Amino acid sequence: MSTQPRPSPALEHTVLIVPAMHCAGCMGKVERGLSAVPGVSSARVNLSARTVAVTHDPQVEEGSLLSALAGIGFEAQRRRAQLDAPASAVKPLLAPLAVAAFAMMNVMLLSVSVWSGAEGSTRILFHWLSALIGVPAIFYAGQPFFRSAWAALRTGRTNMDVPISIGITVATGLSLYETSVGGRHAWFDGALMLLTFLLAGRALDAMMRDKARAGVDSLLSQAAQGAIVVGDDGSLTSVKAEDLAPGMVMRIAAGEKLAADGEIVSGASRFDQSLLTGETAPVPAAVGERALAGTLNLDAPVDVRVSHAGRETTLAEIARLMEASTQNRSRYVRIADRASRLYAPAVHTLAAASVIGWLLAGASLYQALVIGVAVLIITCPCALGLAVPVAQVVASGALMRAGVMIKDGSALERLATIDRALFDKTGTLTLGTPLPDPAVVAAMDAEEASVALALASHSRHPLSRALATALSSTGTRAAPLDQVREVAGQGVFAQWNGVDVALRRPDSASGIASVLTIGERPHRLISFADRLRPGAADAIARLGAMGVECSILSGDRAEAVAPVAQTLGLTGQGSASPAEKQQAIGDLRQSGHRVLMVGDGLNDGPALAAADASIAPGSATDVGLQAADMVFVQSSLLAVPRAIAASRATMRVVKQNFALAIGYNLIAVPLAMAGLVTPLIAAAAMSGSSLVVVANSLRLARAAR
Amino acid sequence: MSVVAVLIPVALGLGLAGLGAFFWAMRNGQFDDPEGAANRILLDDDEDEV
Repeated sequence: MSTQPRPSPALEHTVLIVPAMHCAGCMGKVERGLSAVPGVSSARVNLSARTVAVTHDPQVEEGSLLSALAGIGFEAQRRRAQLDAPASAVKPLLAPLAVAAFAMMNVMLLSVSVWSGAEGSTRILFHWLSALIGVPAIFYAGQPFFRSAWAALRTGRTNMDVPISIGITVATGLSLYETSVGGRHAWFDGALMLLTFLLAGRALDAMMRDKARAGVDSLLSQAAQGAIVVGDDGSLTSVKAEDLAPGMVMRIAAGEKLAADGEIVSGASRFDQSLLTGETAPVPAAVGERALAGTLNLDAPVDVRVSHAGRETTLAEIARLMEASTQNRSRYVRIADRASRLYAPAVHTLAAASVIGWLLAGASLYQALVIGVAVLIITCPCALGLAVPVAQVVASGALMRAGVMIKDGSALERLATIDRALFDKTGTLTLGTPLPDPAVVAAMDAEEASVALALASHSRHPLSRALATALSSTGTRAAPLDQVREVAGQGVFAQWNGVDVALRRPDSASGIASVLTIGERPHRLISFADRLRPGAADAIARLGAMGVECSILSGDRAEAVAPVAQTLGLTGQGSASPAEKQQAIGDLRQSGHRVLMVGDGLNDGPALAAADASIAPGSATDVGLQAADMVFVQSSLLAVPRAIAASRATMRVVKQNFALAIGYNLIAVPLAMAGLVTPLIAAAAMSGSSLVVVANSLRLARAAR
Repeated sequence: MSVVAVLIPVALGLGLAGLGAFFWAMRNGQFDDPEGAANRILLDDDEDEV
């Protein structure tokens, strides 16, 4: 290229989210497409995070990058500020894991020679070498456990990391002493092996959470992010949502979402408030009336003067309700920590008892202490520490492949206990978007269908888009049209073979419908309605069979809830405000139920946060996605019973793992108390029990069927 | 014993070299995008496509 841009010292970096990328082909297309934009010096895709980092001249505008991507068929968005550089949970664990694994392998190599009979100065040398490698490695790699144990102890609680830390520290101290006096047994290998196994379990757990969060983040960014603002001189500028200020006038095109609350200053339209209130019938509003952030403008462009922006919108009220209710969930104690509450005192009592017992039996203090430490080391919860995370990692991996993303392991534990499920209607039991009546679509002849598709494809109106999608899926081809024009609030008008054709709003605007007219032919009324999610009836039936009682809790009018409730055979409550939804869940919890909330809208946010566990569909609002524990991305509602079944299977396996770990202790502890355990036996027992636990957990790989 | 005096430092040195390589790779961002790295091998780097 002769017009190669000179390398500028002030290149800018932009990170864009491209949710649709999923393969090598997409990566290549995106990188080549962006590199072809003048002024772009490099583009690098991160497929794990579904982002692309672009390095470019400051003159290059974001819009041109987005349109370049749109040109090759990828929808992209700017990454929002709060999502920049999400802290990875895996990274801080990788270095300790590597150090522990390296040290374990080297120490084990030396230990093998000791076990096979190295004596005298060789054994002492090997023990010193082990200490040289082991002590710094344990100090460094054990920090995640030491820190968490210290944090728990300081607040007067205990968790799984407390017995782990005590076991490791005591083992290291005793081994150092043994080494310095030229003793027979050093336990550096055991301590390092414990660290390696536990760190591997945690790293896997963190990896799964990172993956789920990246998935949820890529869904998050699809909401309204800004608005076109009309200046005093009539100029149009694009303003980001967080920069909108009261007094600005936003121009909202049909099919756009409002980014802030405001008052309509010109134009009139109907607004879909289903995300905000669950109400499905469009709400008309004209000059002087209020339009709320998060609602969708259906019919015609309007100008809206911003009254509240950002944190002051109606959403703020919902956010306050949510903050109050998340405390419920943080009070939940995870099963591993509950187990350690019983486990830690038991182990420490046993160790103390063996020291006292051996002293009473006439052993020297040194001998008694060595045996006490051996008890601590052998009971150190290697298998117990893996019992929960490995099972949860395998299960959440299986669920992720089935399209359910789980934000953390405690969600699985909470989900397994639920016996009551509440469903939002709009967008949860139903798809949340108007779809054309299939009977009408099927009744159209080929000419009508092809004209309708051609007209619909010229409009960005939500109804047109839904119609175009429905017709394209039946294999219809668009007819050639002339003189196409879209009249805002009226419809699309054109000429087809010299005949006037139109896809317009019906004269009497009741319900949601549009009218197809072709010359003198009779008009065809295409009615639109929200439809049940595929698999909804099946999912409800399965939940019933699993002993979970279901009902509907909707913000929509009772008349709109009734037909859905009837179809699914559920009881339903309508017209519930966000606070009432939250209250309903509180009441159920009070009466001893464990409640699952399934919802998507802003109005469900407080309920999602208040419930014992919550699931949102991938099409949910940002608030819904953030408040929910789990997000399912495919359209079928069967994801809900599947997730519950998988969580219950996980808890079964976790309990089996606990039983295995305790069974191992039942054999090993008497040996240790009898003073028969050597480092070799400890190493074999630890790795053996860990492998058994991991193998048992792997059975969950098919849990999400 | 003299063999051990050579082999032990060699073993430790090799191990440390591996650990050092891992740390370098981590700092260098090699683990930022495992999925992308797995797919990148399928890309054609040749600019002049047929």
